[in-house]
Amino acid sequence: MIYENLPDARGHFGPYGGRFVAETLMEPLRELEVAYNQLKVDPAFRAELDKDLALYVGRPSPLYPAERLTKKWGGAQIFLKREDLNHTGAHKINNTVGQALLAKHLGKTRIIAETGAGQHGVASATIAARLGLKCVVYMGADDVERQSPNVYRMKLLGAEVIPVQSGTKTLKDALNEALRDWVTNVDDTFYVIGTVAGPHPYPMLVRDFNAVVGREVISQSQDMLGRLPDALVACVGGGSNAIGLFHPFIPYDGVAMYGVEAGGDGIETGRHAAPLSAGKPGVLHGNRTYVMADDNGQIIGTHSISAGLDYPGVGPEHSWLKDIGRVNYVSVTDTEALAAFHECTRTEGIIPALEPSHAMAYAKKLAPMMSKDQIIVVNMSGRGDKDIFTIAKHEGISLL
Amino acid sequence: MSRIESTLAALKAEGRTALIPYITAGDPHPSHTVGLMHALVDGGADIIELGVPFSDPMADGPTIQLACERALLHNTSLWNCCAMVAEFRKTNRHTPVVLMGYLNPIETRGLEAFCTLATSSGVDGVLIVDLAVEEAPEFAPKVRSFGLDLIFLLAPTSSDARIEAIVRQASGYLYYVSLKGVTGAASLDIDSVSAKLEQIRRHTRLPVAVGFGIRDAASAALVGAVADGVVVGSALVSQIEKFQATPDVLPGLLKSQLAEMRAALDATLPAAVA
Repeated sequence: MIYENLPDARGHFGPYGGRFVAETLMEPLRELEVAYNQLKVDPAFRAELDKDLALYVGRPSPLYPAERLTKKWGGAQIFLKREDLNHTGAHKINNTVGQALLAKHLGKTRIIAETGAGQHGVASATIAARLGLKCVVYMGADDVERQSPNVYRMKLLGAEVIPVQSGTKTLKDALNEALRDWVTNVDDTFYVIGTVAGPHPYPMLVRDFNAVVGREVISQSQDMLGRLPDALVACVGGGSNAIGLFHPFIPYDGVAMYGVEAGGDGIETGRHAAPLSAGKPGVLHGNRTYVMADDNGQIIGTHSISAGLDYPGVGPEHSWLKDIGRVNYVSVTDTEALAAFHECTRTEGIIPALEPSHAMAYAKKLAPMMSKDQIIVVNMSGRGDKDIFTIAKHEGISLL
Repeated sequence: MSRIESTLAALKAEGRTALIPYITAGDPHPSHTVGLMHALVDGGADIIELGVPFSDPMADGPTIQLACERALLHNTSLWNCCAMVAEFRKTNRHTPVVLMGYLNPIETRGLEAFCTLATSSGVDGVLIVDLAVEEAPEFAPKVRSFGLDLIFLLAPTSSDARIEAIVRQASGYLYYVSLKGVTGAASLDIDSVSAKLEQIRRHTRLPVAVGFGIRDAASAALVGAVADGVVVGSALVSQIEKFQATPDVLPGLLKSQLAEMRAALDATLPAAVA
């Protein structure tokens, strides 16, 4: 099997992925797949997307040598892929620009999205404003409370934010509610899924729109260093920033890859969000993948200080990459991520989001085990402005 | 012939429409479920769809989501659901029971183990909301090899090609979702339902039950005139929600609610109309 050809025609990555949804959505998903397969090779569509990525998102994002961190941690040289410098401050916009363009080509007038931390919601509301589309964002009621600045941002951009009261009131419930909206309004509505999960073709198309990150790292490292990096590190919630970085590197066997899950209070406590490290295969949100479930198959609540990683499933391609051993999936705790957050902020003058702070925390462990002539690229998938309130609260600091 | 097939064949011979109520197992408490199933039969149920609670019921509206949450408060599991059917079977051997739910609880327990237990408990059919026919190549033959019927959903968006693929794997009956939406949605357009049923029947002789949007005797009668069966779920479950604090009144309430629909359906019998 040639890996680059995955998913197969039925949307499978080995035993994972697929299309596990109620019958009403099967035909709309097939139509989306057909339309996407036509548009992705259409030169006019590609040109429109490339123009948006350059002039609206601000691509390419720099590959930045973090020299002071490298010196501090000792060992391999740390480079940061600066997705935090994109418009709206995270990698999420790469995908929403692409999907909104698809929506426009399909003649849809309304987009819906789910969001956890609010980054994907903001990125969706942003592109909806630019294209003049109506936008509705579903967000768990608990997350609405935790991430109020992003809620206000979405409202300023003209989106309607609907707090979801069901289940655990977090990202997974927002995804359920968005699927319910889509099944009801499928004629005029495009569902902009924010991560590489959901039913086929979403894991494929969200990956393709994010893979610009990995492609840029390949050409940037060739230009700057004359070779490819030795290791890649990215955080994994649903897994969109990680797959974006990893996917173009998969054929290059010499490049090691590390996907870092949210270890929360520690894997051994059960209070975490690390399905690849501590879950088992199951079916959730339209695809087969590793999930966190109890012995009766009920999806269980997750815990992470990072709302963007607080999800009990993961993209099916990651499940496959784990099983074939191409990517190493590891986890770091809330405490380790917070320490890396502060270290990166003070040492490089870059305030990382809590999500890539997990990747930084793992790079800190990895770098000293490698030699000084080796290179680690960490995906700095988003900036931390959204998280300063969470961090202040966690550390008992009042900002009011 | 399975219990579902013979039940539906007998109804068809009488020119009657099957009445198929849905309740969620374990709602409001696992101790009430078997009693409610008997009450549904007393009210005129021909087949019972028993919902297996799931933490993430993405195809269900708020009414059944809340029913799942109530049932899960008491940890109602797939195994508990089978035990409830076994209990029901002690005094009822004629009313078919279909377990309706999502795939993950079944996969977690293992398909083989589930089919074994379901069969020995007296379950007749399985409807898995998020199991599309494309993902069922190994699943469908396994389920059928245990003598269980595998019921599939059809939707307003199902193309001729999909209908054809689905009817090849389905047995017992087909469940036509009357509208684009989730369970408990409001409106139902009888003309489009009627047209879609005609399209479906060009592909199969399997009986077609219609669900989503049937709330009362009037809507049941309307759909009953064109369908082989009517499924009523959220309308019953919302009564359970309303009276969850006084569950002793529920058997009587559900029985009379269903009896009204039964009467309305039977009033449309050709003989009665003539």
